[in-house]
Amino acid sequence: MTDTATDAPAQAGPRKGTRLGRVALPLLAVVCVALLLASLMTGEYHITLAGLLAGDAEMWRMFFISRVPRTLALVFAGLAMSFSGVIMQRLTQNRFVEPTTAGTAEWAGLGVLLCMLYIPGASPMVRMIAATATAFVGTLVFLGFISRIRARRSAIVPLVGLMLGAVVSAITTYLAIGANLLQAVVSWRSGGFAHIVRGFYEPLWAVAIIAVATYLLANYFTIAGLGKDVATSLGLRYGLTMGIGVTMVALASGVTSVVVGFIPFLGLVVPNIISALRGDDVRSGLPWVAVLATVLIVGCDLIGRVVVRPMEIPVSVIMGVVGAVTFLAILLTRRNRVAL
Amino acid sequence: MSLSEATSAPALAGRTSRVGWRTRMAIAATLAVACLTVYLLMRTGADDVLRWDFQFGLSFERRLRTATAILIAAFCGALSTVLFHTVTHNRILTPSIIGLDSLYVLIQTVGVFLVGGRFVDNGDSVPQFVAQTAAMVMFAAVLYGWLFSGRFASLFLLLLAGVVLGLAFRAFAEFLQRLLSPTEFDALSIKLYGRLTAVNADLLPIAGIACLVVGVIVWQRRRVLDVLLLGRDPAMGLGVNHQRELTLALVLIAVLVSISTALVGPMMFFGFIIATLSYQLAGDWRHRATLPMAFLIGVIMLAGGQFILHNIFYANGMLTVIIEFVGGILFLAMLFRRRGTM
Repeated sequence: MTDTATDAPAQAGPRKGTRLGRVALPLLAVVCVALLLASLMTGEYHITLAGLLAGDAEMWRMFFISRVPRTLALVFAGLAMSFSGVIMQRLTQNRFVEPTTAGTAEWAGLGVLLCMLYIPGASPMVRMIAATATAFVGTLVFLGFISRIRARRSAIVPLVGLMLGAVVSAITTYLAIGANLLQAVVSWRSGGFAHIVRGFYEPLWAVAIIAVATYLLANYFTIAGLGKDVATSLGLRYGLTMGIGVTMVALASGVTSVVVGFIPFLGLVVPNIISALRGDDVRSGLPWVAVLATVLIVGCDLIGRVVVRPMEIPVSVIMGVVGAVTFLAILLTRRNRVAL
Repeated sequence: MSLSEATSAPALAGRTSRVGWRTRMAIAATLAVACLTVYLLMRTGADDVLRWDFQFGLSFERRLRTATAILIAAFCGALSTVLFHTVTHNRILTPSIIGLDSLYVLIQTVGVFLVGGRFVDNGDSVPQFVAQTAAMVMFAAVLYGWLFSGRFASLFLLLLAGVVLGLAFRAFAEFLQRLLSPTEFDALSIKLYGRLTAVNADLLPIAGIACLVVGVIVWQRRRVLDVLLLGRDPAMGLGVNHQRELTLALVLIAVLVSISTALVGPMMFFGFIIATLSYQLAGDWRHRATLPMAFLIGVIMLAGGQFILHNIFYANGMLTVIIEFVGGILFLAMLFRRRGTM
């Protein structure tokens, strides 16, 4: 089960084009449903399908307290990261940009830490606002940086973002050491879904709203991806579109990072695979982005839950391995074809 | 070579300075010795006053260990980075930015994962150190040799691939560490990350000897390295076996990185800062000047920084964090200085 989750996207590499897409995409949908079911059925508390169908009240109760919230949270986190990736890649016209490679996630972390420092005992809602605000500032700083780069498609764009992220993370570490909060920051950063139960994941519904908004505004982002001059002459209010896009990305990554921590590389890998299979139309690709993101994140989470049972490995760790390797594969297979 | 277009060494065209490189070296050496002396012999007393302290007690021994570690870390950082810059003909990539020290951590973790706690728990440290370093050297030579022999469209794409490779190593090491039993993990984490202020003392002698050996080898090849600065094709035209030099350099760099990671832990931007400053301040582009200058700058930075932090800000283990911060900003500045090639 878990193997198919990680193998499917790897086999569906970007080489064979749409013919492969016609086979791979329906297969992906089937895998997605299977993984969601598996995620609902996996855990320490004994829940069986037969028991649920027979109407065991205790089983249903646990099912809704623990399993459903966790699976929903996974889906929402996957949506948040991959849709942020799609939006950022359109707005920056660079395939390698997403919340990890733009430093957005590190900025959100700085926001959470500042909140811990100056508003001790703040509610999750306040933390989310702080994280979203710093993520917004960070994304603007990043965009300011890369607007000075002439070659928009260059690999230097994600590099600048990664280094910016490293600097911000050094500041965060510095502040955290000073306030004796380093351990809190480290454990928060690797996050994970282990503690997700009813009453804790609800803010992630905001992501669902953002996802719908992304779908509705998809065509604007497609046009914005053609560049400022073309987009403006096609009648798009470029500045407004940029502003809305950045706000949505900041909101999605702010909320997600407070509730479940960082999830690296998801927003980079998923949109790239989908656009290799289907082309660059944002709106028609979005449902498949959602499906693939769900497959990846639920698959990684399942691996983390099964390998060291009854302990868990946070999904960010497994996603870091899978995502970085896939990213490398995309980089190395493209290095001959694309003059970046 | 594709690398050379983007980052041809600017020092070759640098203007000659009025102050000769020997004078500059002498100034740097004096400063470095002064920093080390002050770090070793001055301490803040109980009354918050900084004064000379000639009691050679336990505290002095601890500082002596840290000072030795500073020397070795500066030596490894300087040599590995300058060597790497020369053989890859660029001045942006460094061994730690592209993840060589993450590779070291990964190899150690895999060792513990496969063999168990005795992989690092071994009392006799010499054969074990040799075995680990050998594994590191093999992997680094194969992996990075392959990466650098490939045809990349741009230096930045190569750099991105290196950075992501480093992230992948770190993530995979973290994944394996989560699978270890708590005792194995403890054994690993003690050996894995050194810190300047808490140096693993039994590694110091062998690390010093290894550094000396590498230093002698590099010093003997300094003229070949000077020729390599011209770029791959001119160097080959002048009779340098480029592939052999690249492989040898990667092997030496792997040794240096394993030593410094084992002693003081990963420092992403340290080598980058001291190498960059050395090119600016050495006053000569030849390795006889840039190599020692980078080493001296490293000593000044670590010893001076440690002294200031320890005695003025009372903030011990912060030095590496500050170096990360300053180094990251310097790195971004260097990237933007090359706007013309972006």
